[in-house]
Amino acid sequence: MSKIIVEVKDLKKHFSTPRGMLHAVDGIDFKIKEGETLGIVGESGCGKSTLGRTLLHLLESDGGEIYYDGENITNIDQAKFRELRKEMQIIFQDPFSSLNPRMTVADIIKEPLIIHGIIKDKKKLDEKVLELMETVGLVERLMNSYPHELDGGRRQRIGIARALALNPSFIVADEPVSALDVSIQAQVLNLMQDLQKELGLTYMFITHDLSVVKHISDEILVMYLGKMVEKTSSKKLFEQPMHPYTKALLSAIPVPSLDVKRERVLLKGEIASPIEPKPGCRFAPRCPYATELCKDTDPEIEEIMPGHFVVCHYAKEINKL
Amino acid sequence: MSNEFLKIENLHIHYVTQEGTVKAVNGINLELEKGESLGLVGETGAGKTTTALGVLRLIPDPPGKIIDGNIYFEGKDVLDLTEEEMRKIRGNKVSMIFQDPMTSLNPVMTVGEQIAEVIEIHEDVTSAEAKEKSKEMLELVGIAGNRSNEYPHQFSGGMKQRVVIAIALACSPELLIADEPTTALDVTIQAQVLDLMKNLKEEFNTAMLLITHDLGVVAEACDKVAIMYAGEIVEFATIENLFTDPKHPYTVGLFGSIPNLEEEVDRLNPIKGLMPDPTELPSGCKFHPRCPHAEAICAEKQPGDTDVKENHRVRCFLYTGEVERKEEEK
Amino acid sequence: MANENVAGSEDIVVKKKKRSQWAEVWDRLKTNKMAMIGLGMLVVLVLLAVFADVIADYEEVVIKMDTSIRLQGPSADNWLGTDELGRDIFARIVHGARVSLQVGIIAVGIAIAIGGTLGAIAGFYGGKLDNLIMRAMDIFLAIPSIMLAIAIVSSLGTNMLNLMLAVGISSIPRYARIVRASVISVKDEEFIEAARAIGAKDSRIIIKHIIPNSLAPVIVQATLGVAGAILSTAGLSFIGLGIEKPAPEWGSMLSSGRPFLRDAPHVTTFPGIAIMITILSLNLLGDGLRDALDPRLRQ
Repeated sequence: MSKIIVEVKDLKKHFSTPRGMLHAVDGIDFKIKEGETLGIVGESGCGKSTLGRTLLHLLESDGGEIYYDGENITNIDQAKFRELRKEMQIIFQDPFSSLNPRMTVADIIKEPLIIHGIIKDKKKLDEKVLELMETVGLVERLMNSYPHELDGGRRQRIGIARALALNPSFIVADEPVSALDVSIQAQVLNLMQDLQKELGLTYMFITHDLSVVKHISDEILVMYLGKMVEKTSSKKLFEQPMHPYTKALLSAIPVPSLDVKRERVLLKGEIASPIEPKPGCRFAPRCPYATELCKDTDPEIEEIMPGHFVVCHYAKEINKL
Repeated sequence: MSNEFLKIENLHIHYVTQEGTVKAVNGINLELEKGESLGLVGETGAGKTTTALGVLRLIPDPPGKIIDGNIYFEGKDVLDLTEEEMRKIRGNKVSMIFQDPMTSLNPVMTVGEQIAEVIEIHEDVTSAEAKEKSKEMLELVGIAGNRSNEYPHQFSGGMKQRVVIAIALACSPELLIADEPTTALDVTIQAQVLDLMKNLKEEFNTAMLLITHDLGVVAEACDKVAIMYAGEIVEFATIENLFTDPKHPYTVGLFGSIPNLEEEVDRLNPIKGLMPDPTELPSGCKFHPRCPHAEAICAEKQPGDTDVKENHRVRCFLYTGEVERKEEEK
Repeated sequence: MANENVAGSEDIVVKKKKRSQWAEVWDRLKTNKMAMIGLGMLVVLVLLAVFADVIADYEEVVIKMDTSIRLQGPSADNWLGTDELGRDIFARIVHGARVSLQVGIIAVGIAIAIGGTLGAIAGFYGGKLDNLIMRAMDIFLAIPSIMLAIAIVSSLGTNMLNLMLAVGISSIPRYARIVRASVISVKDEEFIEAARAIGAKDSRIIIKHIIPNSLAPVIVQATLGVAGAILSTAGLSFIGLGIEKPAPEWGSMLSSGRPFLRDAPHVTTFPGIAIMITILSLNLLGDGLRDALDPRLRQ
């Protein structure tokens, strides 16, 4: 049994907006084992990106605890956390805006090494940059190119190289392939899997794309309006989704095949506003099974089957367990 | 002359810029019958949107130019029509839905006014009648008619896209061109919108040209598929033929790139390399630098269309017998 | 690493030499004809200003009066004619260019140094500090800048330094706003977050990431601002609050030639044209720079 590298307990992040408090992340718990991938899935506005950023202290949390390698890092000061950044890195969604347009590829990749003073010698620095570029599949001649001269796939590789420069063990990947074309997306996904195997990386993989998350994750956590609704192994989630939202989400994916026709659960309405949410299940207004209980009382996390957590009052009834 | 509803023959569209000529569309042939829906699938820069804009003659000129080819709509060549005749077709017989519902609505007009505007332009009605009809259209796409006095920002993304669809369908067009209509939407909302489009299509017997990069959406909503690569249609078939038996190496590669929900695959099997630069397309078959089966001939000669069976044609030397299929390694 | 993972295998292309982005900006600027015309005119003006003493001696030609040749039209001796005190207008324009360019550039320098710093602080830190600085700027903006400049010059006394200060101080709010807007838009970019994620400190983020990316609008505005400052200087001189006489200044030349507009229009026309050419060339260059400085425009 491998050790737990990242643990989050009841993590909260709220933003104050003119219309009230926006509960972006509202009490999330999970653990990630070393060398594994936790997928975080949800639709836009469910708080998945905020979750990743809060975990990495790019945003300050408003409640709950974050542990890294057994150490509580929730309220650690910025200077100390700067050291931890060597361990915990992030890959961003948009390969267009996440790279400084005025820096060359080599400058971008070497920046973390300079900041942490890991390699001082200029020649060695260049060697390391070339090594990193080779690792992510960028050819040497691109060293002095600027990001705007490259396509999305290559830019995303720069972002990955920058994240790898410090030899991290944990990487938050925030929709790393969403901006890419399918054939390029597949190349980048393969690269990420290869790197995970070779370097023993642990990923938290945030995405809205269910087929991607199934492919890459060991465990998946489904989010809806800042709350977790279901968490289990990737395999079980797709074989036997238990939460009504997960069921609807899975059935909504257009499948590129004619043989499989899913029974489609069409949801009514759209995702509600996360500003000043009322008590009760957040999914209740769209849920076909919702009762008065759902509208008044928050459901608790329940381990319905070993390793299969569902947050729903009627999880057992709906799934005839 | 042709009797088909929409027929595109040998269409070439180039964009001439300072940095070079972008060959966006290079010899496209396709046919669409009344009430049928065709999915135009390809990656960024494949020329999908340019093709669609070409049908409506909306290519920005300069820099765009239709170099060659014919586009027959109901037997008439669209390219020979005057601008005035063209205006009558746009919005009335053919209408278009754009990818981003946020930017295709006018933020200072109520949604009702925007729908009524289209109706007034193309139909001989009073403004009161147009207003009445705009409410009906809203109901049709599942929005309460009494919301017609609201402004676009009061609607969510999925609702806005419904409004856009209502505008597009207001004059009961015979052809609906939808450019990535659901790409900006979340999956559950995408499912709602696709469902709506399917129902409306059946109700009005509207033909549809659906542009998308998502093969899943095509499987949901289309009768036929055209796979585009570097401005060419490399494979054209009914969805049954294409999904059960994809022929072109690019199509096969596309399927290999998509993580499959039904079965476990350890590694994806992507197409190697990148999309070619549209100002410097490779010689011969445009796909040969990335093709696992390519031989010398592929770089020299441009393959023609080969019918592999009824309703299934491919542009590849594998099917003319000029190139042997290589067994997949690994 | 598997070979398929090498993005793009067209390695025939030789590795690009490391080039600074300024070289690329220059390449793009070169293709813009109007900007190059502006730059050309500006270079001529600067050369004239630099070599003003070589072209015409200050004591002997520029300020020496000779009423016997007053108000003469252009001739071989006096290319652009003489003014009401018999001084050579060409020599005065050339020396005036020195004053105008100097005042324009230094005034904008003062404005950028103060306004830019305030704007950058307001934009980067936001919140209360932002509010405080920007409301102060708003109050500043409520006073017409020419009025402010007049007030400053008349209280400090008329000399070149005070003129620069007056023109510079009155345009501080403009630069504060531009820099603030620019910093705010860059600050929200993902690459700033990316820099933070690799452990960069605020100072590094500001110097390496924010400043280079928010410079473009400031450079453009500065180019156009020099033109504005030259105009303001001319305006102040025109109403007698500029450089002390008899030093040549385009605005005061315009002003002192005004009574003779009917009989000797060249006295006012030529300084007027000089102002116009300078402003035009700066504006052409500024517009060209705006396009050339944005690397994302090139597609």
